[in-house]
Amino acid sequence: MKGTAMLRSSRVRPYAITGGRTIARMPLLLETLVSVPDYDLMVHQMLVAESRDIYALCRSVQSIAEISAALDMPLGVVRVLVSDLADDGRLRIHPTAVHAGVPEHMLLERVLRGLQTIKH
Amino acid sequence: MVSRPSSTELSPTAISTKIVIAGGFGAGKTTFVRSISEIEPVTTEALMTEASQDFDDLAATPEKITTTVAMDFGRVSLDQELALYLFGTPGQDRFWFLWDDLIRGALGAVVLADPRRLADCFPAVEYFENVPEAPFIVALNCFDGILPFELDDVRAALAIGPEVPLLTCDARDTASAVYTLTELVRYAMNFAGPPALV
Ligand SMILES: Nc1nc2c(ncn2[C@@H]2O[C@H](COP(=O)(O)OP(=O)(O)O)[C@@H](O)[C@H]2O)c(=O)[nH]1
Ligand SMILES: [Mg+2]
Repeated sequence: MKGTAMLRSSRVRPYAITGGRTIARMPLLLETLVSVPDYDLMVHQMLVAESRDIYALCRSVQSIAEISAALDMPLGVVRVLVSDLADDGRLRIHPTAVHAGVPEHMLLERVLRGLQTIKH
Repeated sequence: MVSRPSSTELSPTAISTKIVIAGGFGAGKTTFVRSISEIEPVTTEALMTEASQDFDDLAATPEKITTTVAMDFGRVSLDQELALYLFGTPGQDRFWFLWDDLIRGALGAVVLADPRRLADCFPAVEYFENVPEAPFIVALNCFDGILPFELDDVRAALAIGPEVPLLTCDARDTASAVYTLTELVRYAMNFAGPPALV
Protein backbone atom coordinates (compact mmCIF):
# COMPACT_ATOMS: atom_id res chain seq x y z
CA MET A 1 0.00 0.00 0.00
CA LYS A 2 1.29 3.39 -0.97
CA GLY A 3 0.55 5.07 2.37
CA THR A 4 2.50 2.45 4.33
CA ALA A 5 5.46 2.68 1.97
CA MET A 6 5.61 6.43 2.40
CA LEU A 7 5.41 6.14 6.15
CA ARG A 8 8.20 3.63 6.24
CA SER A 9 10.48 5.59 3.96
CA SER A 10 10.09 8.75 6.00
CA ARG A 11 10.95 6.82 9.12
CA VAL A 12 14.13 5.46 7.57
CA ARG A 13 15.29 8.67 5.94
CA PRO A 14 17.18 10.21 8.89
CA TYR A 15 19.48 7.23 9.01
CA ALA A 16 22.39 6.37 6.80
CA ILE A 17 23.18 2.72 6.20
CA THR A 18 26.94 2.41 6.34
CA GLY A 19 28.87 -0.83 6.34
CA GLY A 20 25.88 -2.79 7.59
CA ARG A 21 25.31 -0.43 10.52
CA THR A 22 22.53 2.06 10.84
CA ILE A 23 23.93 5.33 12.10
CA ALA A 24 21.66 8.10 13.29
CA ARG A 25 22.40 11.05 11.09
CA MET A 26 23.08 14.26 12.99
CA PRO A 27 21.34 17.26 11.46
CA LEU A 28 23.87 19.70 10.04
CA LEU A 29 22.93 22.98 11.65
CA LEU A 30 24.95 26.11 10.96
CA GLU A 31 26.71 25.72 14.31
CA THR A 32 27.23 21.95 14.07
CA LEU A 33 30.90 21.17 14.73
CA VAL A 34 32.83 18.68 12.64
CA SER A 35 36.35 17.34 12.95
CA VAL A 36 38.69 14.77 11.44
CA PRO A 37 39.22 11.98 13.99
CA ASP A 38 42.37 10.49 12.41
CA TYR A 39 43.96 12.63 9.79
CA ASP A 40 45.41 10.51 7.03
CA LEU A 41 47.52 11.97 4.22
CA MET A 42 46.57 9.07 1.92
CA VAL A 43 42.90 9.92 2.38
CA HIS A 44 43.68 13.57 1.79
CA GLN A 45 45.32 12.81 -1.55
CA MET A 46 42.49 10.53 -2.62
CA LEU A 47 39.73 13.10 -2.13
CA VAL A 48 38.41 15.45 -4.82
CA ALA A 49 39.33 19.11 -4.47
CA GLU A 50 36.43 20.52 -2.41
CA SER A 51 36.21 17.53 -0.08
CA ARG A 52 39.96 17.62 0.32
CA ASP A 53 39.82 21.26 1.44
CA ILE A 54 37.16 20.43 4.02
CA TYR A 55 39.10 17.40 5.23
CA ALA A 56 42.28 19.45 5.68
CA LEU A 57 40.48 22.35 7.38
CA CYS A 58 38.70 20.09 9.86
CA ARG A 59 41.93 18.84 11.43
CA SER A 60 40.87 21.48 13.92
CA VAL A 61 37.24 21.56 15.02
CA GLN A 62 35.10 23.75 12.72
CA SER A 63 31.43 24.60 12.43
CA ILE A 64 29.48 24.23 9.19
CA ALA A 65 29.27 28.03 8.99
CA GLU A 66 33.03 28.42 9.51
CA ILE A 67 33.79 25.90 6.78
CA SER A 68 31.52 27.78 4.40
CA ALA A 69 33.20 31.09 5.22
CA ALA A 70 36.78 29.81 5.24
CA LEU A 71 36.48 27.96 1.93
CA ASP A 72 34.08 30.44 0.35
CA MET A 73 31.67 27.61 -0.33
CA PRO A 74 27.85 27.92 -0.24
CA LEU A 75 26.28 26.34 2.84
CA GLY A 76 24.32 23.85 0.76
CA VAL A 77 27.49 22.51 -0.85
CA VAL A 78 29.27 22.28 2.51
CA ARG A 79 26.36 20.28 3.95
CA VAL A 80 26.40 17.75 1.12
CA LEU A 81 30.17 17.26 1.15
CA VAL A 82 30.33 17.02 4.94
CA SER A 83 27.58 14.38 4.99
CA ASP A 84 29.42 12.34 2.37
CA LEU A 85 32.72 12.58 4.23
CA ALA A 86 30.98 11.60 7.47
CA ASP A 87 29.27 8.64 5.78
CA ASP A 88 32.72 7.45 4.70
CA GLY A 89 34.02 7.82 8.25
CA ARG A 90 36.42 10.62 7.32
CA LEU A 91 34.71 13.30 9.41
CA ARG A 92 33.07 13.20 12.80
CA ILE A 93 29.90 15.22 13.22
CA HIS A 94 29.65 16.50 16.80
CA PRO A 95 26.20 16.67 18.33
CA THR A 96 24.96 20.19 19.03
CA ALA A 97 23.99 20.88 22.64
CA VAL A 98 20.35 20.23 21.78
CA HIS A 99 21.18 16.82 20.36
CA ALA A 100 23.82 15.86 22.91
CA GLY A 101 21.10 15.20 25.46
CA VAL A 102 22.26 18.01 27.76
CA PRO A 103 19.13 18.96 29.73
CA GLU A 104 18.08 22.43 28.65
CA HIS A 105 18.26 23.95 32.10
CA MET A 106 21.80 22.68 32.63
CA LEU A 107 22.81 23.98 29.22
CA LEU A 108 21.43 27.43 29.97
CA GLU A 109 23.22 27.49 33.35
CA ARG A 110 26.44 26.55 31.61
CA VAL A 111 25.95 29.30 29.01
CA LEU A 112 25.38 31.82 31.83
CA ARG A 113 28.58 30.72 33.56
CA GLY A 114 30.48 30.98 30.27
CA LEU A 115 29.14 34.46 29.56
CA GLN A 116 30.33 35.60 32.99
CA THR A 117 33.91 34.64 32.07
CA ILE A 118 34.00 36.99 29.08
CA LYS A 119 36.42 39.80 29.87
CA HIS A 120 35.50 43.36 29.16
CA MET B 1 36.59 41.73 19.46
CA VAL B 2 37.35 39.79 22.59
CA SER B 3 40.58 37.86 22.74
CA ARG B 4 40.78 34.87 24.98
CA PRO B 5 43.83 32.66 25.42
CA SER B 6 42.19 29.26 25.03
CA SER B 7 39.83 30.31 22.30
CA THR B 8 41.39 29.19 19.07
CA GLU B 9 41.24 25.43 19.57
CA LEU B 10 38.06 23.64 20.52
CA SER B 11 38.33 20.25 22.14
CA PRO B 12 37.77 17.24 19.83
CA THR B 13 34.70 16.44 21.92
CA ALA B 14 33.29 19.98 21.93
CA ILE B 15 29.62 20.67 21.33
CA SER B 16 28.00 23.87 20.17
CA THR B 17 24.94 26.02 20.52
CA LYS B 18 23.78 29.34 19.10
CA ILE B 19 21.90 32.58 19.62
CA VAL B 20 20.43 34.61 16.78
CA ILE B 21 20.87 38.40 16.57
CA ALA B 22 18.04 39.81 14.51
CA GLY B 23 16.83 43.26 13.56
CA GLY B 24 16.59 45.69 10.71
CA PHE B 25 19.42 46.83 8.46
CA GLY B 26 21.86 49.04 10.35
CA ALA B 27 20.46 48.20 13.79
CA GLY B 28 23.93 47.15 14.95
CA LYS B 29 23.83 43.36 14.55
CA THR B 30 27.34 43.01 13.17
CA THR B 31 28.64 45.47 15.76
CA PHE B 32 27.00 43.45 18.54
CA VAL B 33 28.46 40.18 17.28
CA ARG B 34 31.92 41.80 17.03
CA SER B 35 31.70 43.03 20.63
CA ILE B 36 31.48 39.48 21.90
CA SER B 37 33.12 37.29 19.29
CA GLU B 38 36.62 35.93 19.79
CA ILE B 39 36.94 35.69 16.01
CA GLU B 40 36.46 38.59 13.62
CA PRO B 41 32.81 38.27 12.49
CA VAL B 42 32.81 36.36 9.25
CA THR B 43 30.35 36.41 6.45
CA THR B 44 29.13 33.30 4.80
CA GLU B 45 26.86 32.92 1.84
CA ALA B 46 23.85 30.75 1.33
CA LEU B 47 23.07 29.95 -2.24
CA MET B 48 19.49 30.17 -3.33
CA THR B 49 17.74 29.88 -6.64
CA GLU B 50 15.01 32.16 -7.83
CA ALA B 51 12.57 31.61 -10.66
CA SER B 52 13.92 33.16 -13.82
CA GLN B 53 10.68 34.96 -14.75
CA ASP B 54 11.61 37.68 -12.27
CA PHE B 55 14.51 38.51 -14.54
CA ASP B 56 13.02 39.27 -17.92
CA ASP B 57 16.20 40.70 -19.30
CA LEU B 58 17.90 37.39 -18.64
CA ALA B 59 15.12 35.38 -20.29
CA ALA B 60 17.61 34.13 -22.84
CA THR B 61 19.17 31.96 -20.13
CA PRO B 62 16.53 29.45 -19.11
CA GLU B 63 18.46 28.25 -16.05
CA LYS B 64 17.47 29.43 -12.65
CA ILE B 65 19.18 32.50 -11.34
CA THR B 66 21.28 31.89 -8.27
CA THR B 67 21.55 34.57 -5.64
CA THR B 68 23.75 34.55 -2.61
CA VAL B 69 22.56 35.84 0.72
CA ALA B 70 25.17 36.97 3.18
CA MET B 71 24.85 36.46 6.89
CA ASP B 72 27.53 37.01 9.48
CA PHE B 73 28.47 35.21 12.61
CA GLY B 74 30.90 35.13 15.48
CA ARG B 75 32.01 32.61 18.09
CA VAL B 76 32.68 32.51 21.83
CA SER B 77 34.18 29.48 23.56
CA LEU B 78 32.12 29.43 26.75
CA ASP B 79 34.28 26.64 28.05
CA GLN B 80 36.65 24.24 26.29
CA GLU B 81 33.79 21.91 25.50
CA LEU B 82 31.10 24.41 24.52
CA ALA B 83 31.16 26.90 21.68
CA LEU B 84 28.47 29.56 21.41
CA TYR B 85 27.84 30.91 17.92
CA LEU B 86 26.12 34.22 17.30
CA PHE B 87 24.37 34.58 13.96
CA GLY B 88 23.21 37.91 12.57
CA THR B 89 20.17 37.69 10.33
CA PRO B 90 20.50 38.76 6.71
CA GLY B 91 18.97 42.18 6.14
CA GLN B 92 16.50 41.46 3.38
CA ASP B 93 13.05 40.39 4.55
CA ARG B 94 12.43 38.23 1.52
CA PHE B 95 14.89 35.64 2.75
CA TRP B 96 12.64 34.32 5.51
CA PHE B 97 13.50 30.72 4.66
CA LEU B 98 17.04 31.50 5.80
CA TRP B 99 15.73 32.64 9.16
CA ASP B 100 14.23 29.20 9.64
CA ASP B 101 17.66 27.73 9.07
CA LEU B 102 19.24 30.24 11.46
CA ILE B 103 16.77 29.66 14.26
CA ARG B 104 16.76 25.86 14.12
CA GLY B 105 18.38 24.66 17.35
CA ALA B 106 18.92 28.21 18.70
CA LEU B 107 18.68 28.98 22.43
CA GLY B 108 16.82 32.14 21.52
CA ALA B 109 17.12 35.48 19.77
CA VAL B 110 17.93 39.09 20.53
CA VAL B 111 15.99 41.52 18.33
CA LEU B 112 18.11 44.66 18.05
CA ALA B 113 16.30 47.89 17.30
CA ASP B 114 17.50 51.37 16.49
CA PRO B 115 15.06 53.55 18.49
CA ARG B 116 15.11 56.20 15.75
CA ARG B 117 13.85 53.65 13.25
CA LEU B 118 11.79 51.39 15.44
CA ALA B 119 9.56 50.10 12.65
CA ASP B 120 12.57 48.40 11.03
CA CYS B 121 12.47 45.70 13.69
CA PHE B 122 8.74 44.93 13.37
CA PRO B 123 9.24 42.10 10.87
CA ALA B 124 11.75 40.42 13.21
CA VAL B 125 9.44 40.74 16.23
CA GLU B 126 6.59 39.34 14.19
CA TYR B 127 8.73 36.46 13.02
CA PHE B 128 9.76 35.42 16.53
CA GLU B 129 6.27 35.77 17.92
CA ASN B 130 5.38 32.98 15.53
CA VAL B 131 8.28 30.76 16.60
CA PRO B 132 7.25 29.85 20.16
CA GLU B 133 10.18 27.43 20.62
CA ALA B 134 12.71 30.27 20.34
CA PRO B 135 12.37 32.85 23.14
CA PHE B 136 13.32 36.38 22.14
CA ILE B 137 14.05 39.67 23.87
CA VAL B 138 14.21 43.16 22.39
CA ALA B 139 17.29 45.33 22.91
CA LEU B 140 17.27 48.98 21.88
CA ASN B 141 20.70 49.85 20.57
CA CYS B 142 20.95 53.40 21.81
CA PHE B 143 23.21 55.04 19.29
CA ASP B 144 25.13 57.61 21.30
CA GLY B 145 22.95 57.08 24.32
CA ILE B 146 19.88 58.61 22.77
CA LEU B 147 16.57 57.04 23.74
CA PRO B 148 13.89 59.45 22.51
CA PHE B 149 11.01 57.50 24.11
CA GLU B 150 9.95 55.94 27.37
CA LEU B 151 10.46 52.17 27.41
CA ASP B 152 6.76 51.65 28.02
CA ASP B 153 5.92 53.59 24.88
CA VAL B 154 8.39 51.45 22.95
CA ARG B 155 6.73 48.33 24.32
CA ALA B 156 3.36 49.59 23.20
CA ALA B 157 4.70 50.51 19.77
CA LEU B 158 6.22 47.06 19.37
CA ALA B 159 3.01 45.45 20.65
CA ILE B 160 5.02 42.90 22.64
CA GLY B 161 3.62 41.28 25.76
CA PRO B 162 4.66 42.45 29.26
CA GLU B 163 6.66 39.22 29.71
CA VAL B 164 9.07 39.92 26.85
CA PRO B 165 12.22 41.56 28.26
CA LEU B 166 12.87 44.99 26.74
CA LEU B 167 16.16 46.68 27.50
CA THR B 168 18.62 49.19 26.18
CA CYS B 169 22.14 48.31 25.12
CA ASP B 170 25.24 49.64 23.42
CA ALA B 171 26.16 47.20 20.68
CA ARG B 172 29.76 48.45 20.68
CA ASP B 173 30.31 47.64 24.32
CA THR B 174 31.29 44.10 25.33
CA ALA B 175 29.84 44.37 28.84
CA SER B 176 26.55 45.62 27.46
CA ALA B 177 26.38 42.87 24.83
CA VAL B 178 27.19 40.24 27.47
CA TYR B 179 24.47 41.64 29.72
CA THR B 180 21.97 41.51 26.86
CA LEU B 181 22.76 37.84 26.16
CA THR B 182 22.57 37.09 29.88
CA GLU B 183 19.05 38.56 30.00
CA LEU B 184 18.03 36.36 27.07
CA VAL B 185 19.42 33.22 28.68
CA ARG B 186 17.73 34.03 32.02
CA TYR B 187 14.46 34.57 30.17
CA ALA B 188 14.91 31.31 28.24
CA MET B 189 15.18 29.48 31.58
CA ASN B 190 11.48 30.18 32.15
CA PHE B 191 10.72 28.08 29.10
CA ALA B 192 13.09 25.23 29.89
CA GLY B 193 11.89 22.29 31.90
CA PRO B 194 12.54 22.24 35.66
CA PRO B 195 16.16 21.78 36.75
CA ALA B 196 17.23 18.15 36.82
CA LEU B 197 17.02 16.49 40.24
CA VAL B 198 20.71 15.88 40.73
N1 LIG C 1 27.31 55.61 17.43
C1 LIG C 1 26.98 54.31 17.36
N2 LIG C 1 27.14 53.67 16.18
C2 LIG C 1 26.81 52.36 16.11
C3 LIG C 1 26.29 51.64 17.23
N3 LIG C 1 26.03 50.38 16.85
C4 LIG C 1 26.34 50.30 15.55
N4 LIG C 1 26.84 51.49 15.09
C5 LIG C 1 27.24 51.82 13.71
O1 LIG C 1 26.08 51.72 12.91
C6 LIG C 1 26.37 51.15 11.65
C7 LIG C 1 25.53 49.90 11.40
O2 LIG C 1 25.91 48.89 12.33
P1 LIG C 1 26.00 47.36 11.89
O3 LIG C 1 26.49 46.62 13.07
O4 LIG C 1 26.76 47.19 10.62
O5 LIG C 1 24.46 47.06 11.62
P2 LIG C 1 23.78 45.74 10.99
O6 LIG C 1 23.34 46.12 9.62
O7 LIG C 1 22.59 45.50 11.88
O8 LIG C 1 24.76 44.63 11.01
C8 LIG C 1 27.85 50.86 11.64
O9 LIG C 1 28.52 51.91 10.99
C9 LIG C 1 28.21 50.84 13.13
O10 LIG C 1 29.54 51.22 13.35
C10 LIG C 1 26.15 52.37 18.47
O11 LIG C 1 25.72 51.84 19.49
N5 LIG C 1 26.50 53.69 18.48
MG1 LIG D 1 25.51 43.50 9.41
